[in-house]
Amino acid sequence: MNEENLPNPNRRDFIKKASVIAGIAVAPGIVLHSVSQAKSPDEAVSNKIRWGLLIDTTKCAEDCNVCVQACNTEHGLTGHDRPATDPQWIRKIGLKDKMTGKTYSLPVMCQHCEHPPCADVCPTGASFKRADGIVLVDKHICIGCRYCMMACPYKARSFVHETLEDQKSYSPRGKGTVESCTLCTHQVDNGQQPACADACSNKAIIFGNLNDENSEIAQTLKTVSSAALRPNLELNPSVRYQGL
Amino acid sequence: MMKPVVYSQLEGKKLGFYGLLALLGSLILIGLGAAYYMEHQGHWVTGMNNQIVWGMPHIFAIFLILAASGVLNIASIGSVFKKPIYKPLGRLSGLLAITLLVGGLCVLVLDLGHPDRLIVAMTHYNFKSIFAWNVILYSGFMGIVGIYLWWMMERQMQKYYPIAGFVAFIWRLMLTTGTGSIFGFLVAREAYDTAILAPLFIAMSLALGLAVFLLVLIATYKWTERPLGEVILQRLNNLLGVFVGVVFYFVLAYHLTNLYITENHGIESFVLLNGGIFTITFWVGQILIGNILPLLNIYVFDFGKTTVGIVVSSLLIIFGGFAQLFVIIIGGQSYPLEMFPGMTVTESSFFDAAARHLYEPSLWEILLGLGGVAFAIFITILAMRLLQFLPKSLADVDVDPHAKKV
Ligand code: SF4
Repeated sequence: MNEENLPNPNRRDFIKKASVIAGIAVAPGIVLHSVSQAKSPDEAVSNKIRWGLLIDTTKCAEDCNVCVQACNTEHGLTGHDRPATDPQWIRKIGLKDKMTGKTYSLPVMCQHCEHPPCADVCPTGASFKRADGIVLVDKHICIGCRYCMMACPYKARSFVHETLEDQKSYSPRGKGTVESCTLCTHQVDNGQQPACADACSNKAIIFGNLNDENSEIAQTLKTVSSAALRPNLELNPSVRYQGL
Repeated sequence: MMKPVVYSQLEGKKLGFYGLLALLGSLILIGLGAAYYMEHQGHWVTGMNNQIVWGMPHIFAIFLILAASGVLNIASIGSVFKKPIYKPLGRLSGLLAITLLVGGLCVLVLDLGHPDRLIVAMTHYNFKSIFAWNVILYSGFMGIVGIYLWWMMERQMQKYYPIAGFVAFIWRLMLTTGTGSIFGFLVAREAYDTAILAPLFIAMSLALGLAVFLLVLIATYKWTERPLGEVILQRLNNLLGVFVGVVFYFVLAYHLTNLYITENHGIESFVLLNGGIFTITFWVGQILIGNILPLLNIYVFDFGKTTVGIVVSSLLIIFGGFAQLFVIIIGGQSYPLEMFPGMTVTESSFFDAAARHLYEPSLWEILLGLGGVAFAIFITILAMRLLQFLPKSLADVDVDPHAKKV
């Protein structure tokens, strides 16, 4: 038998069959609906402002959870008694110095970094930083890959693991997307402060414009010693801690 | 002068052929069902949570993606490094590179919180994100390997195919570097903050890709009763040993450099000494089953040189690869973030005080992963049925001009 003469598939044949294979290959992935448009961040937001929080750990009471509850109520974050998957935008952490034994209590939320790693890694740009420094997730273009959660140095993000009910109109959420502290943009944009700062009766959380020299937060930061969490990462977060 | 290689389609007339397709088809359907269930219920039904955000689906997906880029190596050795004995294997190698990648990507996409927004991922690029770059690398890989295959298979284009082979070879290196960098860029997590992950992933891809290739090759030639000679098998078997050795080397380098950096001692003792399931998986699954046993089998035991022995080595390596990805992906997340140096976390509702984050893989995730594997094999078989991917014979006399006549 002359093997040289055996037919090689011609181009059309190859392409025809290859496209059948390719079609089968991609079809399951493409369940295309709800093509959402990117919502551009609020135009009115200015970069003269940089919103931030100063948390005074010496004023924060150990058994107090008021800021956490205020946040949950404000944003309708209801749990399902499944702590591992229930969303938490702010949590209380208790600390003990390994050397001295001194204890601390403090709330931790999204630290609104100047250089947010979540926004760097997000493939679609859903994680972004507003001009006024608030780090947000655009729920319309978040694909729910959770890469931002891998990247966040403060474990500040939650993935919505369940179907949502009773959402607040001013704080939209989405099953299958990632969310975190919004610094209550809906309040802040109306000249008010975030729910946690509002709720703390010990005045342990000061909210304000870091770029405004005359603001209470900027004035206090000038006089007291404060620190960012994980400062070695050089992310320059907008949330600072006093007395830690 | 070597005889020209004759390729042919799978006949696909036997009952076993359809039986296999039916089996794979059901696994695919079950996987899709599992994905639908997880999507519909929300991810709380999986073992993943706000602490362990990537789970079983990611292990399967990254395994398949690594194997995809590694399997192309066989074709590269033939066309880029001009080793004629590997040439007849080029088509199968290119085919598997595409199908394994497709299988892996399907798993990845179906695990998203919003698989329906795939089009968003394709149209909104954040060029700072290594993930977005991976989307481009994966699409490009399929395109380039597709062209490579076409030029390989079509007579008029054959003179160009080494060019495509070269481009594909470079691209696959970038692709695996990209996959490794998904983890390597995570400065927040001690386990990943190292440049060595990218070369480690390349080494893993070589070993895993070849192990998968050998299994597919041996199985198809056995079931289609085509001759598969010793020369090719032993060549590939030796290569497999070299690749496993390279993986071993990079694992050593990774842990030694980490041990050198005091800052990373925490994560090191977590993996090597006191990480519970992760420590066990590391020593038993990854090192013993995935590295040492296959190396012994390939280089020391006579059994390792038999066809069954090669199958066993390949299976061990694949098992070890899964174990290794489990340690890297799950272990790396299980080790808590070191947010407060010098302090002990005494209390937190968000598991900051945990010594390690827990993860129990759910059946759904595993079914989705297996569905992806089944899909990759399914389209491989279909392609082999439709087009001429397989040499009719890989007997020694047909592949090696210097083989002794029997
Ligand atoms: S989960 Fe959403 S916000 Fe986070 S990285 Fe993925 S797409 Fe971006």
